[in-house]
Amino acid sequence: MAFGAFGGAAPAADQQQVAQRKSPIALWLLLPGLLYLILFFVTPLFSLVITSFQEPVPGGFLGEYQNAFNPSNYVEVVGTYLPHILRSFVYASMATVFALLLGYPVAYVIGVKLRPYPLVQALALVILIAPFFISFLLRTIAWKQIFADEGVVVGLLKSIQIIPADAYLTGTPFSVVFGLTYMFLPFMALPIYTTLEKLDLRYVEAGSDLYASPFTVFRTVTFPLSLPGVVSGTLLTFIPATGDYINASRDFLGSTDTAMMGNVIEANFLVLQNFPAAAALSLILMMSILVLVSAYVKRSGTDDLL
Amino acid sequence: MAGEGSARQFAEAGADLALVNVTKRFPGFTAIDDLSLTIPAGSFFALLGPSGCGKTTTLRLVAGLEEPTEGRIMIGGKDLTDTKAYQRPVNTVFQSYALFPHMSVLDNVMFGLRRRKIADAGQKAKEALDLVELGHVANRKPAQLSGGQQQRVALARALVNRPALLLLDEPLGALDLKLRRQMQLEIKDIQSEVGLTFLHVTHDQEEAMTMADTVAVMNQGKIEQMGPPEELYESPKTAFVATFLGQSNLFGGEVVSSTKDVISVAVAGKELRVPVDRAVAHRGKVTVGVRPEKVSLHQAEPATDSSRGVIGPGRVLDASFTGVSTQYLVDVPGFGEVTVFAQNTSHGEHAVEGDEVFLSWSVEHAFGLADMPPAEDRFLNDTSTGAMAVQEREKIEQELEGA
Amino acid sequence: MRGLGKYLLWVYSGMALVFLLIPVVYTIVFSFNDARRTNIIWRGFTFDNWLNVCDAQDVCPSFMNSIVVAGVSTVLATAMGTAIAIALVRYRFKFRQATTLLLFLPMATPEVVLGAGLAAQFLQLGVNKGLGTIIIAHTMFCISFVVVTVRARVAVLDPALEEAGRDLYGSPNQVFWRVTFPLLVPGITAAALLSFALSFDDFIITNFNAGAAVTFPRFVYTAAARGIPAEANVIAAGVFFVAIALVLITQISGAIKRKRLAATS
Repeated sequence: MAFGAFGGAAPAADQQQVAQRKSPIALWLLLPGLLYLILFFVTPLFSLVITSFQEPVPGGFLGEYQNAFNPSNYVEVVGTYLPHILRSFVYASMATVFALLLGYPVAYVIGVKLRPYPLVQALALVILIAPFFISFLLRTIAWKQIFADEGVVVGLLKSIQIIPADAYLTGTPFSVVFGLTYMFLPFMALPIYTTLEKLDLRYVEAGSDLYASPFTVFRTVTFPLSLPGVVSGTLLTFIPATGDYINASRDFLGSTDTAMMGNVIEANFLVLQNFPAAAALSLILMMSILVLVSAYVKRSGTDDLL
Repeated sequence: MAGEGSARQFAEAGADLALVNVTKRFPGFTAIDDLSLTIPAGSFFALLGPSGCGKTTTLRLVAGLEEPTEGRIMIGGKDLTDTKAYQRPVNTVFQSYALFPHMSVLDNVMFGLRRRKIADAGQKAKEALDLVELGHVANRKPAQLSGGQQQRVALARALVNRPALLLLDEPLGALDLKLRRQMQLEIKDIQSEVGLTFLHVTHDQEEAMTMADTVAVMNQGKIEQMGPPEELYESPKTAFVATFLGQSNLFGGEVVSSTKDVISVAVAGKELRVPVDRAVAHRGKVTVGVRPEKVSLHQAEPATDSSRGVIGPGRVLDASFTGVSTQYLVDVPGFGEVTVFAQNTSHGEHAVEGDEVFLSWSVEHAFGLADMPPAEDRFLNDTSTGAMAVQEREKIEQELEGA
Repeated sequence: MRGLGKYLLWVYSGMALVFLLIPVVYTIVFSFNDARRTNIIWRGFTFDNWLNVCDAQDVCPSFMNSIVVAGVSTVLATAMGTAIAIALVRYRFKFRQATTLLLFLPMATPEVVLGAGLAAQFLQLGVNKGLGTIIIAHTMFCISFVVVTVRARVAVLDPALEEAGRDLYGSPNQVFWRVTFPLLVPGITAAALLSFALSFDDFIITNFNAGAAVTFPRFVYTAAARGIPAEANVIAAGVFFVAIALVLITQISGAIKRKRLAATS
C-alpha cells in the first residue's frame, strides 16, 4: 500500500523510459546497507522482544536477567505506567495539532505567497530550518530559562495578573506541550512547504473561475492537494513526539508529574536497570505507533511515505 | 556545408540492417509483432507511425538498449542480437539529445572516441563539430546552447564515431517549424555526403517524406507498407497508410465487374473504377480511395467520361480557406462526408456552404484497399489508447497487489 | 475587516517564524554572557567564553567526539545509502516491497525504541558500549535518510543520459563513474550533510548506547541538571554560524552560476 510507488511499472512501448534492469549488480548495491539494517535494526527489535520476556536471575544482582517467557512483564508495565502511556499520546497529539495550526500557514506563505519574491522566500526557508543548526537540547533549555519563575515572561504575566502570583510555567503540561510543539514545528512545516511549493496555481485560478470563494478554493483545491505533505508532516511530528523525553524531563521543561513514556523507558533502562520493563514499554510504544500510523495513512489515502 | 575534407574522413560506408522476425513483448502487451525489415547500406530509412506503434522500441532494439523477445538483429551481415549496446557499431541521436550536462560540448563529442580509445580524439571531435558548424562553442556547456545547437551537437557526437548505422529518434521534435525544416535538409545533406546508413524514427509524415529514400509505415508493432515516399503516398495498400499519410476519402463497396485494366466497385448505386494495378484486391469487398487534392469540384454535373469517376450531387458543409488551397467538406448521400482540397488558382471553381456540387477525379488517381478504417474515428490517429489502457490496468493491478 | 484579514496570514506566519528564532537568538546571546557557575542570569557581555572555549571541562573533548562520530557514520551511511538508492530506482529486483519497508521503518520508529533496542542487543552480546557503538547506532538511522535524499535525485536523473553513455561505447562501469556519479554528487552531498547534522545533534539513541563516552549533546544533557556552561553555547553558536554560512554560500554560488549561464546563452 504505502510502497506501491516502488512497484516498478513496465515501460510503455514508445516512451523514453529505461526499463528497470534485472542485474546482479542490484544485489551488490543493496546488500551492504540492507545487511547492516538487518543486523542493527531488525535484530535489536528481536532483542527487545526477548528482553521483554526475561525474568530476574534468582538471587542475582540488579540488572541480571535470564531468558524466560514472562508475559507478566507486559501486564505489570501497563499497570504501572498507564498514565505515562496515555500522557505520551495526549501530549504528542496536542503538539501535532498545534504544530499543524502554526506550521501550515507558514508553509503556505513561504511556498505560495512568497513565490514572486525568490530572495525573501529563500531567507524565510533559512529561518525555518535555522533552528536545526542549534542543538535542540540548548533550545529547550532556552525556553526553560525564558519561562523560569525569575524570568521576564512569568514576571510580566504575573504583573498584569493573567496568572496568579504563586503560579509557575515550567514543569507543567503547558510547558511540555509547548516545548514539543516548538521542537517539531519545522518537521511539520517543511513537508507541507515542499508540496505547496509545487502547487500549480492554475488549479487555484480554475477554482476561482468556477465560482468558488477563496476559502472554498482552499478547502476543496489547495488543502487536498497539499495532503501528502500534511500526512508526512503529521507523521514526522507525532511519531518522535510520543517517544520524546527531553521536553518532559525534570531538567528541562517537565517535572515528575509530566513524565512521558520516553522518560520511563530511559529510567528503567539506564537507571533502574529493569531491562525487561524498558523493553516491554518500548515495544508497546512501537506497536501502538505502527497501528495508528497505518490506520491514519490508509484513511488519508496517500501512499508514498518515502 | 563542409567540403570534401570531411567527406573523406567518413571513408567507411554504412552497413545494412536486417531485422529477422523480431518480436518484443512487455508484460501486458506486445510492442513489436514478428517484424522483418531490411535496410540497405547507405540509405536514409524512415520509420513512420503514431505514438505507441512500436517505432521507438524498434530503434532501441537496434541500438542494443533493449533485447528482443524473439528474432535476430543483423548489422552488416553479423548477428548482433546478443551483444550489448556498447559493443555495437551503432549510435543514436536521442529525442531529448541526452547531452551530458556536466561535460563541455567537446567532451561530449569525444565521449565515444575516448571509450573506444581512439587516437586523436580531440582532433576528430573538433572536425565533427566543424561539420555541424559548431566549432566555436566547443568549450561551452550544453545548458548554454539553444535547442537547435544542442541537436547538432548530439548529431556530431554520434557521427564522430563513424557508426555503421546511425539511429535518429525523433530528434527534431523539440525544434520550431522553421528550424526543423532547416535541420531536415542539413541532416539529409550530411547523410548523402558521408554515406552512412540512417534510420530515422518519427511520427511526422512530412519529415519522413522529405528526408527518407524509403519509408516504412508502422502500426501496432507491424509494418503496414514500405517503399519510396511517393509510392506510399500515391498508392497506399492499407486503410491505415491511406489515412495516416495525408488524408484519403474512402468508400466501401463490392466488386461487380472487372476487366484486365480496371475493376468496377459498386458504392451507393454508382460504379467506381479503379485500375487493376492500383487495387489490393480484385474481388469481393473493396474500399475505393482517392486523395482530396485529386478531387475536383463542379457546380454542374460534368459530362460522362470513362476516364473519370463522378459522384454527386452533394451539399457543401464547410469551405475553409487555408491560403494555398480551399478545403471543402461535401456531404454526398451514400458516400458520406467527402474532403476536397482545391488549389486556389483563378481557374478553379469556388463554392460556398450550402451549394450543391458534383465531385470528380481521374480514375488513374483512385486506389483500392482490402480494408476499411476503424468505425468511430473522430480521433483517428490516437492509436496509443490501446497501450495506455493496458498500462492503466497494470498499474491498478499492482497497487491492489501491494495494498 | 477585509483589509485586516489580508494581512492576518502574513502577521501570523511572521510571528511563527519569530517564535522559531527566539531560542536560537537566546542561545547565541547567552554565549556572550559573563556567566559564573550557571548561565541563567545575564551578567554582562564578554568575549571570554569565545576566546577560551576549551576552558570549561569536557566541552571540547565532547565536541571532538561528536565530530568524529558524525564524520565516520556519515561516510558509512552515505556509501551504503547511495548504493541502495541507485538500486531502488534503476534496477528490478525481488522483495522490493520488503526492502522499502525495511528502509522506512527506522524513520518511523521512535528514537527511544531504536536506542533501547540496540542497547539491549549490545547487552546481550556483551559488547562494551563506547564511541564504537555510538557510531554503529548513528550509521544505522542515517542510512534511511540518505536513501530518501539520494533516491529523489536519482529519480530525476534523465535515463536517456545513461543510455547515451551506453550507446557511445561506455561499459556499465564507465557509464556509472563518468555519467551517473558526477550528476549525483549534489544529491550525495546533500545526503551527507543531512546525515552529519542528524548524527551530530543526536541525543536519545546516543544516550542509550554510549556507555562512558560523551558526545556534545550528552554533555549538555548531563550538565542541564547542574548548569550548562556558557562555553557550550559558544560551541552551539559556532556550529550554527558555520552551517548558516554553508547554506548561504551554496545559495549564492547557485544564483551566480544561474546568472552566468543565462548571460552566455
